[in-house]
Amino acid sequence: MSKAKADTKDEKALFDAGVKEYSAAGRYYYDIGYKPTETQVLAAFRITPQEGVSFEEAAAAVAAESSFSTWTTVWSDYLVDASRYSARTYEMKAVPGHPDQMMAYIAYPLDLFEEGSMGNLMSSLVGNVFGFKPLRALRLEDLYFPPALLSTFQGPPHGIQVERDRMDKYGRPLLGATMKPKLGLSAKNYGRVVYEALRGGLDFTKDDENITSQPFMRWRDRCEFVMSAVKQAEAETGERKGHYLNVTAGDMEEMYARAELAKELGSRIIMVDYLIVGFTAFTSLSKWCRRNGMLLHAHRAMHSVLDRQPNHGINWRVLAKMCRIVGADHLHNGTVVGKLEGDRASTIGINEMMRETRVATVEQCPGHHFDQPWLSMPGMFPVASGGIHVWHMPELVSIFGDEVILQFGGGTVGHPWGSAAGATANRVALEAVIQARNEGRNLLAEGTDILKSAAKHSGELRAAMETWKDITFDYESVDALEKP
Amino acid sequence: MKTETFSYLPTFTREQIEKQIQYFLKNNWVVGIEYTSQPNPSLAFWDWWKLPLFSMKSVSEIMAEIEACKANHTNCFIRITSYDNARQTQVMSFVVHRP
Repeated sequence: MSKAKADTKDEKALFDAGVKEYSAAGRYYYDIGYKPTETQVLAAFRITPQEGVSFEEAAAAVAAESSFSTWTTVWSDYLVDASRYSARTYEMKAVPGHPDQMMAYIAYPLDLFEEGSMGNLMSSLVGNVFGFKPLRALRLEDLYFPPALLSTFQGPPHGIQVERDRMDKYGRPLLGATMKPKLGLSAKNYGRVVYEALRGGLDFTKDDENITSQPFMRWRDRCEFVMSAVKQAEAETGERKGHYLNVTAGDMEEMYARAELAKELGSRIIMVDYLIVGFTAFTSLSKWCRRNGMLLHAHRAMHSVLDRQPNHGINWRVLAKMCRIVGADHLHNGTVVGKLEGDRASTIGINEMMRETRVATVEQCPGHHFDQPWLSMPGMFPVASGGIHVWHMPELVSIFGDEVILQFGGGTVGHPWGSAAGATANRVALEAVIQARNEGRNLLAEGTDILKSAAKHSGELRAAMETWKDITFDYESVDALEKP
Repeated sequence: MKTETFSYLPTFTREQIEKQIQYFLKNNWVVGIEYTSQPNPSLAFWDWWKLPLFSMKSVSEIMAEIEACKANHTNCFIRITSYDNARQTQVMSFVVHRP
């Protein structure tokens, strides 16, 4: 039996035990003016300290707790080079209109993180630190991935351009719709809803985020009827089609099994609730998609839990950036014009970040804090979905351009003549708007004329315009960008 | 049968096709012409009418090529495509003639 133990005696302390201020001189956590190196991860945190806690101490605490330190000094600190592993607050900025908040910019040494592991990065940056007592609230507003870390990830399994080539769709946004009602349809009825929408002119249909393999419609049955619908619509129209089969499941083995069945039946695309399954499962699925030539659609269910509070949580732009880096081909972003949340400038900024393949700059991406080089990592399609209909088409094309997927769920299935007519109405409206844009016409000023003139040749569009002529969703956005 | 972009609109007139080509040229895209007698969703490559028209920078030259292609392949679908060498990829495709 080993008897090794320390021979402790009453004598003076051999290290400065106790609680020290994080911002104390001699520590590295608050180091204004420090110049981050080119390999460091940079984070912008919105900090709201508790009353009586200074901004300096709060910012230093965030840097410390999200990197190297714990609440008290420990002897084993002295076995490590703290200057090498400490995150440093290198800049502080006031937040206009919010004297209780400041923006802290923190640099993290690359050595803190494992290559290719988004989970590991999050365990540090958005781990315990968010419950830290000296803070009333904390929000991660933006995150810069240095090329040295970015290049350990592979990004979207295919990206925008490969998807266009695989789907044979050029020069216009893609059109989709989520199948409704969300839950309760039998597999055959569900397949019918898919078939009608696709044969009417949509490129994609989509499972809802909470449909998996419930008793009313098991996975295999849905998969089989949906793929019959896709193939029949392709044969009938002569165009390539897809349905996002949601493979989100209770465990990873089952997700793989569902993805394999989708592939076996010839699906071009699958879908996952990427925040729900977690970044590790999402990463595995993304790699499976790249290996198997399958497009991957990411749904952002649960994002509002994380991103909706203006002073606490993780800004959506960070979750979206992480999604691209780990790798999906599509990701839902706001619509600006529909029923869901999304400040216009912020939504546009995130779209630009998602699509840019060189450097996404702060000027190009309103709301962002860092220029992000993308090292040619493929861009991903933003998906605009929720509460949009034909009347929105000119504005949507003017905001998003071509590299976007426009999803009209209610705006397709809610057409008075049924979803095939709803799909045709959307397709006619889209193509008329693209034609007009290419001809140099002003979509915002002439949008109504463009739609009305297209409706002369399309009864489906005429009926859709009549149905939704008075619908707007004009609430103030909860999470708007600050006015400078 | 549909043929992707613009196939849900009434067939374009000559003037409407010219305006689209004008837009491609304005973007510095290279215009190409392709044809096939039997389009179907799995057919990725239609036959090329010559090479992409790298040196052609005017609408009238390209319209003349479309007419020549039509005269030689009356019973085919004919589409014009565009390539953007900045994005290193095809960026446009629409059918201008149906048999």
